[in-house]
Amino acid sequence: MIRGTVHKYGANIDTDVIIPAKYANLPTPEELGAHCLENLDDGFVKKVRTGDVLMATTNFGCGSSREQAPWSIRGAGVSCIIAKSFARIFFRNAINIALPLLECPDAVEGTESGDVLEIDLTSGKIENITKNKVFSAAPYPDFIRELIDAGGLIAYARQKIDSK
Amino acid sequence: MTLVEKILAARAGLIEVSPGQFINVNVDLVMAHDLTASIAIRQFKELGAKNVFDPNKVALVPDHFVPTKDIASAEVNKNLREFAREQQIIYFECGQKSGIEHVILPEKGLVLPGDVVVGADSHTCTYGAVGAFSTGMGSTDIAVAMATGEIWLKVPPTIKFVYSGQPGPWIGGKDLILHTIGQIGVDGALYSVMEFTGSVIDQLTMDDRFTMANMAIEAGAKAGVFAVDEKTLEYVNARARRPFEVYASDPDAEYAQVITYDLSEMEPQVSCPHSPENTVPVSQTAGVKIDQAVIGSCTNGRLKDMAEAAQVLKGRQVHPSLRCIIIPGSQEVYLAALREGFIETFIEAGAAVSTPTCGPCVGGHTGVLAAGERCISTTNRNFVGRMGSPEAEVYLASPAVAAASAVAGEIINPEEVVR
Repeated sequence: MIRGTVHKYGANIDTDVIIPAKYANLPTPEELGAHCLENLDDGFVKKVRTGDVLMATTNFGCGSSREQAPWSIRGAGVSCIIAKSFARIFFRNAINIALPLLECPDAVEGTESGDVLEIDLTSGKIENITKNKVFSAAPYPDFIRELIDAGGLIAYARQKIDSK
Repeated sequence: MTLVEKILAARAGLIEVSPGQFINVNVDLVMAHDLTASIAIRQFKELGAKNVFDPNKVALVPDHFVPTKDIASAEVNKNLREFAREQQIIYFECGQKSGIEHVILPEKGLVLPGDVVVGADSHTCTYGAVGAFSTGMGSTDIAVAMATGEIWLKVPPTIKFVYSGQPGPWIGGKDLILHTIGQIGVDGALYSVMEFTGSVIDQLTMDDRFTMANMAIEAGAKAGVFAVDEKTLEYVNARARRPFEVYASDPDAEYAQVITYDLSEMEPQVSCPHSPENTVPVSQTAGVKIDQAVIGSCTNGRLKDMAEAAQVLKGRQVHPSLRCIIIPGSQEVYLAALREGFIETFIEAGAAVSTPTCGPCVGGHTGVLAAGERCISTTNRNFVGRMGSPEAEVYLASPAVAAASAVAGEIINPEEVVR
C-alpha cells in the first residue's frame, strides 16, 4: 500500500523539464532527484517527501528516451505517478525500473495538490483520503503484470536468460 | 497488414500480427549514445550478461557531449569506449567516420528496409525513412536487447497521413512534419505508427523523409514510416552490405485513422515556444527578433539541409546582432558540404561552423542559450530549458527559414530574403 501527498501538474510534462540533459551524467538516482522538475517547479524537490505521489494530466513524460527521467523521480522520493495518459517511452522506462504508474483520468479530475492518497497497486484502487473519494485505475495488461511481478525488466530478462 | 505489421510479424516469427498484441521480436540493430549508454552498460552487467548477442548488431555512437565537453563527459566516453573494445561492437569514434547517430547509421548502411531497430534515443524513429521499423527506448530496454537480441513490443495501430497538392517554394519535410504535429498535437499519434503517403511524399528527397520520420516522436508516435520506392532503393543499394527485405502495406490494410492534408497554399512552418505543436505559418512569426540561429541536428543536419542553408546564405551576411551556428550531421555530410563549397559560403556569411555533434539541441554545448535569449533552430524540440536557460525561447523551423532569419535578424519567410 502506498500513502502519500499529491503534487499535481498539467499536460505534456516533458523529459527536459523532468531532468534537463545537463544533469544526464549524474550517477545516482538521488543526485538526479535533487534536480527533478526544476525547470517546471523549482520548489518541487523542497516540498516532496518520500512516498509522495506525482500527478499530471495527459502525455506525461513526452520527449527524450532518457531513463534519467524516471530515475530522477524515484530519486526524489516519489512512490507512484498517476496521470490521464503517459508518453510511451516513459511508460516503459518507469515499469522497467519498478517505478509504479497508474493511468486514471477520474482520479486526476478528482484530486488536487495537497490531497492525501492511498493506492493499492495490485487492485488499482486509489482512495483520496482528503476528499473521501475512491477511484479505480485500469488494470495493467497481463504481459506488463508479469514484468512487474518479476520485479522489473532486468529480473524478468534474467529469468529468461537462465532458462535458456 | 500494414508495412509495420508485416515487419513485426516477420521478426516475431508469426504469420500475422494485429494492433494491441504483445510480441517478442528479434532486432537487427541495437544502439545507444553517450547520454544513455552508461545506464545501459550498468544494467547489462546487472543482468549478469557476459557478451552482447551479436557484436555486429550492437552500436555505440557518442554524439551528444562530443567532442567531450567536460571531465564528466570524457569519463563517460572512456567507459563507452572500453565496453565497445571489450565486446568488439560497432563504435563510432569522434572524428573518423562518425557524426550524429541518426545521420550516420543510415548513411553507413547499418539500417535497411525491413529491419527492426531499437535505440536508447527517442529519435531512433528516424529510420522509418528507409522502410524500417525503428523506435526509441530507455537504457534498461536497450541493455536487455543488447544481451538477448530480442525486445517485447505491443503491436501499434497505424495512422495513415496523405499529403496532396502542389507545395510552393521552400516547403520541405520539416514544414510537413511541423504542420502535422501542429494539427494533431504532441500526443496526436500516441503509441501509434505514422505512415506518410501521398503525391507530395513521392516527390520528397530521402533527406526530407529522414526529417519527417525523425519527428514522429514529437507527436507521441512509436514510429514514422515511408514505403520503399525507387529513391529509397537508390539510397540503400549504394550503402547496404547485407541483404534486406522490402515490405509494403496491403491495399486493404487497416488503419486506425486516415488524415489528409492539401499543401497547395501552405507557407513555411514555424513551431513557437514551448511545444512542437505550436505551429504557425511563418508570416505569423515575422518580425520576431532572434539572438541565435542553429542549423543542424539529427533532424536537419544532412546534405540537402546544408544545401538549402547555403542557397540562402550565398552572397549574404549573417545579421550582426546574432550568432548563426551550422553543424553538419556527419563527417560525410561535412566533407560533401565542403566539396560543394557550402562551408566556404557559411564562413563568408559569418556563420560559425562546428564539427558534427548534438551539442546545442540538448543544451549541452556549442550554442547554449542564456536567459531571455531567442533562438530559431532546425532541431526537434522547443521545450522549456531544452537548449539552455529555462528562460530562453526556441522556435523550430526548416534550414531555409533559419538561414533567412539569420540574415534578417528576425524570423522571416525565405522568399523575402532570396528574391
